[in-house]
Amino acid sequence: MNSETLIPHAVVVEDVRIDTPDVKTFRVLTREGEKPFDHLPGQCAMISIPGVGEGMFSITSSPTNRAYMEFSIKKCGHLTNWLHMLEPGMEVTVRGPYGRPFPVEEDLLGKDLLFIAGGIGLAPLRAVINYVRDNRENYGDVQIIYGARSKDDLVDYAEILDEWQTSPGVEVDLTIDREQAGWAGHVGFVPNYVKELNPDRGKTVLVCGPPIMIKFTVAGLTELGFAPEQIWTTMELRMKCGIGKCGRCNIGAKYVCKDGPVFRYDELGELPDEY
Amino acid sequence: MQEMMKNRAKALLADGTVSRVIGWRRGEFSYDVTPAVFETAEELERDFVFDAFCGANVSKYLIRESAKDGGRILAFLKPCDAFSFNQLLAEHRVRRENVYLIGIPCAGKADIDRIKKAGIDGVLGIAEDGEDFVVSTVYGEERVKQADVLAERCLACKSKRHPVYDELLGEEGEDLPDDVRFAGVAKLETMTAEERFDFWRSELSKCIRCNACRNVCPACTCENCVFDNPDSGISQKTAADPFEENMYHIIRAFHVAGRCTDCGECSRVCPEHIPLHLLNRKFIKDIDELYGTYRAGEDDGTKNPLTSYTEGDAEASVVRERGRA
Amino acid sequence: MKFLKRTDLDCFLTAAAEHRTIYVPIDEEPNKSAYRRYKPRTPVSQGLKTTRSAKDFFFPQTENLVGFRIEDKKIKILDPRTEHEDFAVFGVRACDARSFGILDKVFLSEPVDTYYQNRRAHGLILTMTCRRPAETCFCTAFGIDPASPEGDIVFTETADGWYIEPKTEGGRDFLAPLEEFLEERDEGGAEEAKARTRETMEKLPLAGLKTDSFGGGKTKELFDRPEWASLSEACIGCGTCTFVCPTCQCYDIRDYDTGREVRRFRCWDSCMYSDFTKMAGGNPRLTQKERFRQRFMHKLVYFPENNGGEFGCVGCGRCLASCPIHMNIVKVMKTLSEGQDEQ
Repeated sequence: MNSETLIPHAVVVEDVRIDTPDVKTFRVLTREGEKPFDHLPGQCAMISIPGVGEGMFSITSSPTNRAYMEFSIKKCGHLTNWLHMLEPGMEVTVRGPYGRPFPVEEDLLGKDLLFIAGGIGLAPLRAVINYVRDNRENYGDVQIIYGARSKDDLVDYAEILDEWQTSPGVEVDLTIDREQAGWAGHVGFVPNYVKELNPDRGKTVLVCGPPIMIKFTVAGLTELGFAPEQIWTTMELRMKCGIGKCGRCNIGAKYVCKDGPVFRYDELGELPDEY
Repeated sequence: MQEMMKNRAKALLADGTVSRVIGWRRGEFSYDVTPAVFETAEELERDFVFDAFCGANVSKYLIRESAKDGGRILAFLKPCDAFSFNQLLAEHRVRRENVYLIGIPCAGKADIDRIKKAGIDGVLGIAEDGEDFVVSTVYGEERVKQADVLAERCLACKSKRHPVYDELLGEEGEDLPDDVRFAGVAKLETMTAEERFDFWRSELSKCIRCNACRNVCPACTCENCVFDNPDSGISQKTAADPFEENMYHIIRAFHVAGRCTDCGECSRVCPEHIPLHLLNRKFIKDIDELYGTYRAGEDDGTKNPLTSYTEGDAEASVVRERGRA
Repeated sequence: MKFLKRTDLDCFLTAAAEHRTIYVPIDEEPNKSAYRRYKPRTPVSQGLKTTRSAKDFFFPQTENLVGFRIEDKKIKILDPRTEHEDFAVFGVRACDARSFGILDKVFLSEPVDTYYQNRRAHGLILTMTCRRPAETCFCTAFGIDPASPEGDIVFTETADGWYIEPKTEGGRDFLAPLEEFLEERDEGGAEEAKARTRETMEKLPLAGLKTDSFGGGKTKELFDRPEWASLSEACIGCGTCTFVCPTCQCYDIRDYDTGREVRRFRCWDSCMYSDFTKMAGGNPRLTQKERFRQRFMHKLVYFPENNGGEFGCVGCGRCLASCPIHMNIVKVMKTLSEGQDEQ
């Protein structure tokens, strides 16, 4: 019988990293010690704990990472509470990859890139950032504006400090919502910080975060003179199948799981306001 | 009656007593009326309908409508709808001050399924003619006795009296004896446990878990039903096995016990024609026998015998003994 | 043309049932039928339509997708799929026959749903023309001819039996061992019966229902129409329309722990349900208006937009007959079309 995408594969949780008080990053491998499958930056996979449920998560590791696959997951519901109890050596199931990736080999080639992320919204962008860093010659300047509630809520903080900030041609601008002891950096919400930094209009923007943050950030970018065609984002709606058949993640005629999760902002503008 | 209701509604809209009217809107055929809220005399004139097919109980909509600001809503309630409304009032689910109630008499409502069961299809129009319905169809004209196509709940009507109203249109009626109403339950009680189990298995196995019975039920007003709540541990979207088919209906019957006014909406809406009212009526009959005659919705202050303790209450042993008999 | 006499139907089906499982509509009560496995001497329903559609044969209300067993802290994946038995569904009407094509567009598009594909590959559709269409019928609005249904074999019904036309290789193979029950008849009778069906359709109250206002690309015109509020106001948010609908195919996936293993199953779901799009972080369709709109926009705009203009409704009229408050796609179409004219 033909292979069935709804039947997942068992994988081993190789490592669990605590990123923030409510975000953990899980490294998974097949039992043979290999990366479960190949993907493109921005694509997602369904992860499940049998008996608990299944959910769609963006793949946080870069496709250029040939050794393993990572998922950064925020604790916010039934399944994610269980995922946060996983320990190295335990198994989960995965299936995928699903969805439309960021156009790293098309529209983004040769462009100056501006990544804007809020909170766990860095997760899908991290795959792109590392993909770009590993194919540095194919892209222009990289600017990363990243904000979180507090210093402790900045996901991948170590990687940001040790690797991104030291990468040639990469500028990292961090911000947190409120003053905090031990924080000498910028304080304020992401949308405002973007306006303050007044980035170059020629950049292609990749923005991801809570819906409200995306909304205000895009409004600010528009004010600065950015066109919707320059802005890429990712959407998140309730999903079950991941393949555009179960019928619940649509915005108008588009299914987020299949036609997204990555959309260009002008494409979203064509869709009804139901997300 | 339709014209009287329309005129009264227009007058109450005009003098500002109410700002909206809940009633029934004309459909495509003669029988497919839809509950609707009317805001103007023009809308009433064009679409308001009241006839033998206006069976839908509008009292549950009054939970939502009475919560709105912006004036009172006029509702026309048949006697059984008024019992439902009163029960909702007792449970503090409607804001009485936002509702103006007109009690309307009811001679029983027609069940289109019964007309269709008589082999009549291709319906183009249904007219009342004395004691008959004259049904014009693409295949010719048919005539049926109205009394032969009444809904089951109307054949078993408990009361022609309105337990609550602000004004009445037409004559007030009286309570009716319960023997007809409980005949179906009495028949189930004469069955052996196995026969009864087989009867319910055969009926409940038809369930498609569309939730129509629950969603239409004026006693089912939980903000979040256990069957919809993934955290409840028993949320089910489908009757995956016979046990689940049974449990959904049994749990629901238990939950509305003592609060069900026997309005019969559950059986009316069931696409599979499962006689769900029999479950509820069994509870009503048992309550009557164990605690004395009680009608949910009788008045808005009555204590439900299942939730109020008296020293004369039937003890568990008594209930068990009677169950054995 | 081949003809099967009404009096020979039982022998015909009995013989056919020796080759594969046959499902036929059986009356449960007057004017209410359901598909059941055929048993000799069981009268086949004369009714127009089953209460539930025929989609159950290919997309059952609930089915196991995969099982899991934990052994030595490892997850063992259990594939429950087995080759489906050969079967045939008798008495399918033109509306339901078309619905399979619509379901195919969902389930057989990449990535193929192998559970559906498996059943589809083993099922023959024996369709029947409609002799007595009901007032709720409006299949012609979607270009369906109830006198000439799709399917593997078409049975054109007359007073004393059926003209039989195999349309596919599978249909011809099915009939090959059953020739002895058929006789040869002049096909004039078939044409007469078809003409009568088409004539009746024109006299029905929903004849002439217009689809012009709908179709792919109409999202902008229709999504924010104010009429959605009044159309949806009486909707009780049950799933009756969805579950009796031959083309509704949304599903949920859930896990069930039997104690020995976890079964991951899927079951029909309804966009009319409040939890359909509910997430830990919120719900994009907060009120019944949004849920109601989704169902009709999907059938009348989104589906045609993604499928070459084909509507996601076949006009079977089951939702008209079953909706507890008699709100349905016809009322939606008429109301929105009228509003369109006024604009």
